[in-house]
Amino acid sequence: MKLTGAQILMEILKEEGVDTIFGFPGGVVIDIYDELAKTDIKHILVRHEQGAVHAADGYARAGSKVGVCLVTSGPGATNTVTGIACAYMDSIPMVIFTGQVPTQLIGNDAFQEVDIVGITRPCTKHNYLVKRTEDLAGIVKEAFFIAASGRPGPVLIDIPKDVSSTKITYKPSKKIELKSYSPTYNPNMKQLHKAVKLIKDAKKPIIFAGGGVVLSGGSKELTELAHKTRIPVTCSLMGLGVFPGTDPLWLGMVGMHGTYRANMCTGDCDLIVAVGVRFDDRVTGKTGTFAPNAKIVHIDIDPTSISKNIPATVPVVGDCKITLGHLNELLDEESLGDLNTKRKKWLDQIDLWKSTNPLAYKQKDIIKPQYVVEKLYELTKGEAIITTEVGQNQMWAAQYYHFTKPNHFITSGGLGVMGFGLPAAIGAQLACPDKLVVDIAGDGSIQMNIQEMATAKQYGLPVKIVILNNRYLGMVRQWQELFYGKRYSGTNMEHAPDFVKLAEAYGAVGLRAVKPEEVESVLKKGLSSPETVIMEFVIEREECVYPMVPAGAPITEMLLA
Amino acid sequence: MAEQKYILSILVDNQPGVLSRIVGLFGGRGYNIESLSVAATIDPLVARITLVTMANKPVVEQIIKQLHKLINVIKVYELTEASYVQREMALVKVQAKPEHRAEILRIVDIFRCKVVDVGQEHYTLEITGDEDKMTAVLNLLKPIGIKEIAKTGIIALFRESK
Repeated sequence: MKLTGAQILMEILKEEGVDTIFGFPGGVVIDIYDELAKTDIKHILVRHEQGAVHAADGYARAGSKVGVCLVTSGPGATNTVTGIACAYMDSIPMVIFTGQVPTQLIGNDAFQEVDIVGITRPCTKHNYLVKRTEDLAGIVKEAFFIAASGRPGPVLIDIPKDVSSTKITYKPSKKIELKSYSPTYNPNMKQLHKAVKLIKDAKKPIIFAGGGVVLSGGSKELTELAHKTRIPVTCSLMGLGVFPGTDPLWLGMVGMHGTYRANMCTGDCDLIVAVGVRFDDRVTGKTGTFAPNAKIVHIDIDPTSISKNIPATVPVVGDCKITLGHLNELLDEESLGDLNTKRKKWLDQIDLWKSTNPLAYKQKDIIKPQYVVEKLYELTKGEAIITTEVGQNQMWAAQYYHFTKPNHFITSGGLGVMGFGLPAAIGAQLACPDKLVVDIAGDGSIQMNIQEMATAKQYGLPVKIVILNNRYLGMVRQWQELFYGKRYSGTNMEHAPDFVKLAEAYGAVGLRAVKPEEVESVLKKGLSSPETVIMEFVIEREECVYPMVPAGAPITEMLLA
Repeated sequence: MAEQKYILSILVDNQPGVLSRIVGLFGGRGYNIESLSVAATIDPLVARITLVTMANKPVVEQIIKQLHKLINVIKVYELTEASYVQREMALVKVQAKPEHRAEILRIVDIFRCKVVDVGQEHYTLEITGDEDKMTAVLNLLKPIGIKEIAKTGIIALFRESK
């Protein structure tokens, strides 16, 4: 069968079950676009390539699938870099196709030529430049396999124009052959037995779960482990939702803006069962003082995450879901003893921390952002998929929306990309058409990818955008208030657009609340609309996120108000 | 924790861009490269990179894990904790005034070096050996006058068990 590179690409995409591609065309990918139009694959035309990658990211996170992007060479390719780096930091499976100038022009500084493989080498799990049409099918199959297996991540494929237009005799490709790449899914049982012993001996244990549990689909197993052993659970930002935020054993998030009790637990506990986490600096604070009394069982599929920042007592390399499953089998209820007595002192201590310093705010004359998020939680019954931008809005969302299910909190955790939330919400809405998808945004970050409003409208996606407008770049302002003598350098965003009119200009619905008593009605009206809606909440300008651990300080030393 | 020298022997896919991935990993994560030597093995699809780094134990463990994570890395060996042989080669252009010629040749003889080029005013020497030998020879040649030097960096292999 004689096929062009572009036709071969479509064959493989169909084989891989791709149903949606986020992209933006250009000169060197016209052949691919021409073939794409002949397939059933849905193409979502974004307004900026960064939006394409974040949308594919949101699609991957909400739908537990591989996100796919297609962009042109040069600026099309460089515009994807932030999104790729974001997906890489958060381990999101994604395949990004970039066009490239024809092979004979590579290296000649041709029009719209850029070495995107060189540029993205440090922020992709792997990347390829396809030099011959004959190699294309194998590379694409390999890319999908690498992206989704082990610790997932983005894989980029750079396709020169002539590679997609050349016709070759195509034979469906053989199996993928990778010399050395084989992720460890099954844990070493010896290590697990050591872990079991530590769990049985521990007096003050906690479970610390992260994004790895979401990615492996191990939420059920994690919850079972916690209930079986009566060990309280905290999560990193990326892990929120893997354990019900309504469960009595829930400690809240840990870290720089973690709850008082979760952070105090790390200081006092004698065992941390860390699952699918990497002990990021926003979690540990000063590493030298982190969890000084604790032994650490660290379960992760990526060996480089273990003992990188915090040395593990018992390292376990393996898939979180599979490993937790084994752990649950090994922990028989009888040998765990009478957990009610055994845990009483520890859980009492935690309750005391909880009652002395709960998450709190006082709603007076001006709208408090926490109140908006709490109302949103109530009205959506915790069932919505929440995406966020980055900064204060993200932290308030993490603190006050009590996630009960995995894949429902979609946020740029590692890279911290402002402008992530709206395109990610678009992707999430496409992956889950029947779900309510809400982007919790700040006035600063929403303006970074606001152009994607047009994308949402074009495809009739009823995403809801909650803008917490304080006319500041709030998180930086907060640092300036607390640590830089209130010198608000470069953070005053007094001249924001009129978001209601902006929504209307895009053909969407715009609503605004300026008084606390308007919050609920605006939310009700906005959430029940079948349209794309922007809901603007004019909030207390100088509200801070608390608790806060100053950067580099021990995680147990929090500013509480 | 004290830094020490580690010799890593890395088998990789012999493809364009692979060296860049390795070097990029070291640069991006702030690891150190003391020397680096690369060539294809007997299998033309596989290349061996011998890389010398200064690091402490946890860092070198992290380096090895990070290297394994690269798709094109087939195998990583850390040689310094086992029995291994190492060699380095240097080409050294030494100033050779008439009054120094005899001494240079004596050094060449004692250390089993080779004279590979002779000029009016210089000798070019080939020195092969381990690090200690290399240092010893260069220390002797320095006062005589080294005009130029090119070194390969260390290459090394495990010793076979006897």
